[in-house]
Amino acid sequence: MTKREIDSISGQETTGHEWDGIKELNHPLPSWWLYTFYASILVAVIYWVLMPAIPWFNGHSNGILGYSQRASLDHVMEAATAAQAQYIARIDQAPSLAAIRADADLFNFAQAGGRAVFNENCAACHGLGGSGRPGGFPTLADDDWIWGGTLDDIAQTVRHGIRNADPDSRQSVMPNFGTDSILTAPQIADVAEFVLSLSNRSTDTAAAGRGKTVFADNCAACHGDNGQGKPELGAPNLADAIWLYGDGSKLAIMAQVTKPKMGVMPAWGGRLSEAQQRMVTVYVHSLSGGQ
Amino acid sequence: MTETALQDSGTQEKVASRREQRAEPLYVGRIRVYPRKVRGTLRRFKSAMLVLLLAIYYAAPWLRWDRGPGAPDQALLIDLPGRRAYFFWVEIWPQEVYYLTGILVLAALGLFLATSLFGRVWCGFTCPQTVWTDLFMWVERTIEGDRNARMRLDKSPLSLGKVAKKIAKHGAWLVIALLTGGAWAMYFTDAPTLVRQFFTGGATVTVYFFVGLFTFTTYLLAGWAREQVCTYMCPWPRIQGAMLDEDSLNVTYRAWRGEPRGKHKAGTSWEGHGDCVDCFSCVAVCPTGIDIRDGAQLECIGCGLCIDACNEVMEKVGRPRGLIDFDSARNIALQSAGKPPVAWRPFRLRTIVYVTLLFLVAAGVFAALGTRSTLDINVLPERTPLFVLLKDGSIQNAYTIKILNKQRQAREFTLAVKEHPGARIEIVGADPAGVLAAKPDHVATYRVLVSLPRAEVGEDSEAMTFVLTDKSSSDTARHQTVFRGPDR
Ligand code: SF4
Ligand code: SF4
Repeated sequence: MTKREIDSISGQETTGHEWDGIKELNHPLPSWWLYTFYASILVAVIYWVLMPAIPWFNGHSNGILGYSQRASLDHVMEAATAAQAQYIARIDQAPSLAAIRADADLFNFAQAGGRAVFNENCAACHGLGGSGRPGGFPTLADDDWIWGGTLDDIAQTVRHGIRNADPDSRQSVMPNFGTDSILTAPQIADVAEFVLSLSNRSTDTAAAGRGKTVFADNCAACHGDNGQGKPELGAPNLADAIWLYGDGSKLAIMAQVTKPKMGVMPAWGGRLSEAQQRMVTVYVHSLSGGQ
Repeated sequence: MTETALQDSGTQEKVASRREQRAEPLYVGRIRVYPRKVRGTLRRFKSAMLVLLLAIYYAAPWLRWDRGPGAPDQALLIDLPGRRAYFFWVEIWPQEVYYLTGILVLAALGLFLATSLFGRVWCGFTCPQTVWTDLFMWVERTIEGDRNARMRLDKSPLSLGKVAKKIAKHGAWLVIALLTGGAWAMYFTDAPTLVRQFFTGGATVTVYFFVGLFTFTTYLLAGWAREQVCTYMCPWPRIQGAMLDEDSLNVTYRAWRGEPRGKHKAGTSWEGHGDCVDCFSCVAVCPTGIDIRDGAQLECIGCGLCIDACNEVMEKVGRPRGLIDFDSARNIALQSAGKPPVAWRPFRLRTIVYVTLLFLVAAGVFAALGTRSTLDINVLPERTPLFVLLKDGSIQNAYTIKILNKQRQAREFTLAVKEHPGARIEIVGADPAGVLAAKPDHVATYRVLVSLPRAEVGEDSEAMTFVLTDKSSSDTARHQTVFRGPDR
């Protein structure tokens, strides 16, 4: 034990350290400070014993309380599911989709739940927020509905899908006018010119006039006399600004007449619960305000 | 006086001697402070502040304020679960927490101003730590007696009397601490309900926990830690020097007048003798246990009790009062050099800047409060998709709008956009007439679709201002956002 040295000027004890003739005075901490420090160490040890704390050979020390964030997340999720259960039940038992739509509380819940269902199942093709994707995946946020946009129309489409094996699935076929030689190439060019004229974009009135007859004979049965479309057949409106395949140019129209593409959608009836189907229907309907 | 003088031998010596007695003196023990009772102007002022501040603290949660049915009727209430703060007629939503910022800035500026004028008056008279410590010391003095009696008691061997006194003291402290902790909780829930539930066992665990926590901290800080909080824990003593200058009034020992100090025999001449009779009264009354005659020091909280103590002595020995007084560094320097003092200068660049800032911020806060609207609208433009094309070729954007109805009644609104009177607005989920309803004191959320003819969408984005109008009062709220279209 070194001898304690008292600084002659201040009367304070020194630490015994000396640098270039300068001695360090010993200004000790108050003892309660020190005890607080010890208490902190103690708390750390207690924490380590109780809670999962340090890496171990096969993972980490578990702590005798057995706490785990995963378990507590499961807990929270269970509680959330339980809290949602009564809403889900009400949506399940609502007499109709319109009734859900009319109840502000249920409508809010269905919109939020529907968004989750949509993002998980539908967004891959139809895009987030129903923004659609080029190549035949219709935009759901606009006001154009190929198979109808009422709540019940949408529900039917969601449940049974389009052109799939489900017996109740929506079905319709457009003939291969070109590749099956139903129409000649000039006829196809004429009818495309006529379709352009429906949205006032035709530049060749003579061709459009010839195309009008071709349209009346071959297309009007499904697309309507003025190309206004027939939702019950899934025949799109040809007189508006929205095009499912291509950009609405003459070439794109001719391609579609020659060898049409037709979209397919799976039936969700078997995969989503009744409540999920109802919620996603309400959500999709709300995207554009519906019909 | 001699007895006191002996007991009050300098702090440094005490530390040194104590260390001598210990084998391994690693850490200083606490030097107990036994402040003596004192009479005088500043003591009276300090007591008056104590009564006033504590009265405000304990009584404020009991003030009622009628806000109509369904709303709490407590004048001051921070309702955390309900996410509202009530301050008399003002009701603050979480979105408006900037009022709190304004008030904190005002408090800081006020503290700066007071410090640059009068030194540590905040510490000495109004700081909660000071106020409760002072109260606890008063209890201690009432039960255990004044300084000498308390020192004797602590030194005396354990006896029934001693134990009884200690129990009485700590009991009284705990009762005060409980009242303090309880009152704190009352600012966060309805006071009468809380009191009833607290004593019938019906309050929540959270309430018991926090009341317990604040009771414990009050007891610990005001009863045990005391001046150590000011010396070791509080950051304020370390930064307040930045607010002081040579014209600030600080508690100062006028050494030019007091030195050379020493005992003085009544009736003898004062020639060659300073006014300080070295009686240690100033040290005995000091709640932080320092000797102000050593000059300005970090531990001094500026409470002025040493001024009262010394004045009493000066009167007794027949010298003018004010050997210790609030004085400026400038005057001390002047008088030490034998020059006459100058008048105190409260108006200095620093104080003028503080006052100006104080007024500006206060004006800002009051203007904001005065024009506070009970209606607000937030608009979130839809990002996916940014826009969609409609059948007729026009462009549609979707928005989520939130209506903050801060009134205690249901309201109905209409929505318009300013820049495009012809815009088609469709509100999903509103009644067919396009009226938006909002429940009392609630946020209503709507999805809104706005469409414009293609020709009206000039650049790739257009400014769009939503105007929400109350149907019955024509109160309006606006929110500017953008309308996006395809690049051209
Ligand atoms: S020195 Fe005087 S003013 Fe400072 S804390 Fe002590 S009694 Fe109060
Ligand atoms: S300053 Fe005043 S109170 Fe302090 S020792 Fe001197 S005479 Fe006594």
